Amino acid sequence: MFTIVNREEMAGGTVILNEIEAPRIAAKARPGQFLILKANENGERIPLTMAETDPEKGTVTVIYMVVGKSTELFRRLGVGDAYQDVIGPLGQPTHIEPGKNVVCVGGGTGVAVLHPIARGMKQAGCDVTSIIGSRNRDLLILEDKMRLASTDLHICTDDGSYGRKGFVTEVLKEKLEAGGVDQVVAIGPVPMMKFVSLMTREYGVPTMVSLNPIMIDGTGMCGGCRVTVGGETKFGCVDGPEFDGHQVDFDELILRLRAYTEQERCSHERCKWEEGGAA
Amino acid sequence: MSAAKTPRQAMPEQPPLVRARNFEEVPLGYTAEQAVAEASRCLQCKNPACVQGCPVNVDIPGFIKHIAAGDFDKAIGKIWERNSLPAVCGRVCPQEIQCEGNCLLGRKGEAVAIGNLERFAADWERQHHVCELPSRDAATGKRVAVVGSGPSSLTVASDLVLKGHEVGLFEAFHKPGGVLVYGIPEFRLPKDIVGAEVACLQAQGVSLECDVVVGRTVTVDELFEQGFDAVYLGVGAGLPKFMRIPGENLVGVLSANEYLTRANLMKAYLFPEVDTPIPRGKRVAVLGGGNVAMDSARTAMRLGADKVSLVYRRSREEMPARKAEIHHAEEEGLDFQLLCNPVRYLGDDKGRLTGIECIRMELGEPDASGRRRPVEVPGSEFVLECDLAIVAIGSGANPLLTRSTPDLPLNKWGYVTANADTGKTGKKGVWAGGDIVTGAATVILAMGAGRKAADSIHEYLTWGW
Ligand SMILES: Cc1cc2nc3c(=O)[nH]c(=O)nc-3n(C[C@H](O)[C@H](O)[C@H](O)COP(=O)(O)OP(=O)(O)OC[C@H]3O[C@@H](n4cnc5c(N)ncnc54)[C@H](O)[C@@H]3O)c2cc1C
Ligand SMILES: Cc1cc2nc3c(=O)[nH]c(=O)nc-3n(C[C@H](O)[C@H](O)[C@H](O)COP(=O)(O)OP(=O)(O)OC[C@H]3O[C@@H](n4cnc5c(N)ncnc54)[C@H](O)[C@@H]3O)c2cc1C
Ligand code: SF4
Ligand code: FES
Repeated sequence: MFTIVNREEMAGGTVILNEIEAPRIAAKARPGQFLILKANENGERIPLTMAETDPEKGTVTVIYMVVGKSTELFRRLGVGDAYQDVIGPLGQPTHIEPGKNVVCVGGGTGVAVLHPIARGMKQAGCDVTSIIGSRNRDLLILEDKMRLASTDLHICTDDGSYGRKGFVTEVLKEKLEAGGVDQVVAIGPVPMMKFVSLMTREYGVPTMVSLNPIMIDGTGMCGGCRVTVGGETKFGCVDGPEFDGHQVDFDELILRLRAYTEQERCSHERCKWEEGGAA
Repeated sequence: MSAAKTPRQAMPEQPPLVRARNFEEVPLGYTAEQAVAEASRCLQCKNPACVQGCPVNVDIPGFIKHIAAGDFDKAIGKIWERNSLPAVCGRVCPQEIQCEGNCLLGRKGEAVAIGNLERFAADWERQHHVCELPSRDAATGKRVAVVGSGPSSLTVASDLVLKGHEVGLFEAFHKPGGVLVYGIPEFRLPKDIVGAEVACLQAQGVSLECDVVVGRTVTVDELFEQGFDAVYLGVGAGLPKFMRIPGENLVGVLSANEYLTRANLMKAYLFPEVDTPIPRGKRVAVLGGGNVAMDSARTAMRLGADKVSLVYRRSREEMPARKAEIHHAEEEGLDFQLLCNPVRYLGDDKGRLTGIECIRMELGEPDASGRRRPVEVPGSEFVLECDLAIVAIGSGANPLLTRSTPDLPLNKWGYVTANADTGKTGKKGVWAGGDIVTGAATVILAMGAGRKAADSIHEYLTWGW
């Protein structure tokens, strides 16, 4: 169980796709839900959204950015290797309302999380305009899949190496100005979700974001994933991970995500060093 | 010298200042000589009150007699008749209010150290492996799903597998044992002991699957569809309670569940040897006065804190923790801030905790629980400086499983309603017991509930609902 049956590298090897054998989870999973994965005995429990599920094949797919020690260890797993633990499906599935005019905004690896939602919405008869962005052309992921999942696709890069130069929020602003948008879905780095939410609030357009607080169990047991939404404390793992962007206290989330930065940096350095500085 | 006058054998322990900085077990266990000497103090009462004090009625004089005679293998066999986790219970039962609390010797002097003796017998067996696995009844062809793997579920699994049923144990975490592995620290209950108990169950034929969150990965109804004839819910009370005071989401405020899970289950005290980090506070405040608070505070000490304060709103007499743990905590130099209640958390501009504003309390009239109600002393606010706060004020019923089982009757606090004598719930084929029924209680009560439920499940599988 939990064997990797397919592996791809994206964005120059900084983003990895793993298709993992997990029949029971695959049978159950719905768009928007996530897994918790652990590489080995001493590993950390890491939450990752399911980018794809194949109930017939009994597999689930995750796409993740290599940012620290644990995702670095995940990167080193090849086809035929197995994760020691995969737990899920966790969290609430995405709520999809058919027939809406939706704008899906994705940044960085957030596009991996956005893709099944955009596709689900299109299948439900929504008109899906997608705006995806990255720092430069090499870091852009899932362009083809997003094109299939959208009626209309816009691409932005910070440095202008591909698509339009600038942030996703600029294209979003034009769409909002033009009017007729029923809903916005924004998934990406926390600052991006924050700015999208601030902008859509001005236009009164409901906005859904997918939050990524630090988690341990993912079942509502530890409270580590606390986020403030509408002035109330919610648990990201069981109440989310998707929330109303207009109600989320993003600044608090940013601070809470930094809780272990020092320790994580030390751990990652050590891990690279152990591999002979090659990582 | 009469037994009542022989002093109770002291438990050898690591010296306080040494152990306060390591994770090794604090009490070292009796030697065989000490065990025999302690066992010889037992009066072998005709009508033993200690047995009534034990929630599963271990034949205490019976097993103690064997120890006194040096027949240690017979002693453990006697305990096993009633208690399948003696190495655990001998370490964590609140003996002073259970078995030992009723001991006749205790009225005039010191009670027989029943817990220490139970621990001795269990440890001795683990080291010598003299006893054989109990034999299994003929296979019945019936299948029982047991959800969770805490003490309550382990008891159900063990009882039912011996009665010839097929048992599948499902655990949400990646390791079995429930609170015994994620909550109670290594220095109080070595995880190898829990591991050995689980391995023993597996050797008896119980199939164990970790990483299965019932309610998410598979629902209770789906378990029936997959061919299980009965389901036991032993999912514990895993919902952290917070005080709902300002500043609670500052970085540095953790639930005891999170703190202890990082430390115990994820072994974060070994970071960076292991990958999970844990906040190491210099000045730590732990809110609460139960076992969970003691365990958190003593863990913080071992993680290198300069000062650890226990903030509890009543007085020392009302602290619900085991006497032995309060005593150990005190020896290890913990600062007790009694009659003291947090009002709000204070933080810096980086969102990190810097202190807790507290208010002094005094005891007023008794409340519904019979305990004197703490009331605030006006104007007594002060700031307790700290960079880590651990909230250990209790836990509630986690709704994850129950929400996905809508036809399972719950009480108004979300706990599963189950018959106290049988563990039967209001949903056909489903039993429940342990903390998910009673609220946070004790290991042995959870096991007692498991035993009753196993009997009732066996009856159902034999005769029908
Ligand atoms: C519900 C959920 C779904 C997620 N889905 C995906 C996904 O599909 N793809 C993906 O690439 N990532 C996803 N994440 C984020 C992912 O879990 C983190 O990137 C991962 O935990 C980092 O682990 P690490 O040990 O490699 O890095 P760490 O050593 O833990 O951290 C390295 C850096 O990453 C930052 N970081 C740590 N934890 C998180 C976090 N939870 N979110 C964002 N940044 C973090 C730290 O601040 C640090 O700067 C998701 C998170 C959640 C909670
Ligand atoms: C820190 C701490 C210290 C304690 N100290 C003592 C002590 O000294 N003495 C004493 O007697 N008692 C003590 N207790 C209390 C005692 O541990 C509990 O009363 C006892 O463990 C309850 O047993 P249980 O079997 O009901 O549940 P638990 O031990 O809570 O086990 C429940 C298990 O079910 C799993 N689970 C939950 N939901 C699901 C799901 N949906 N699907 C699958 N699995 C699930 C959980 O992960 C867990 O492993 C302490 C408790 C804590 C937290
Ligand atoms: S199980 Fe607990 S209460 Fe019963 S005899 Fe043993 S230590 Fe005492
Ligand atoms: S991750 Fe523990 S409660 Fe959400």
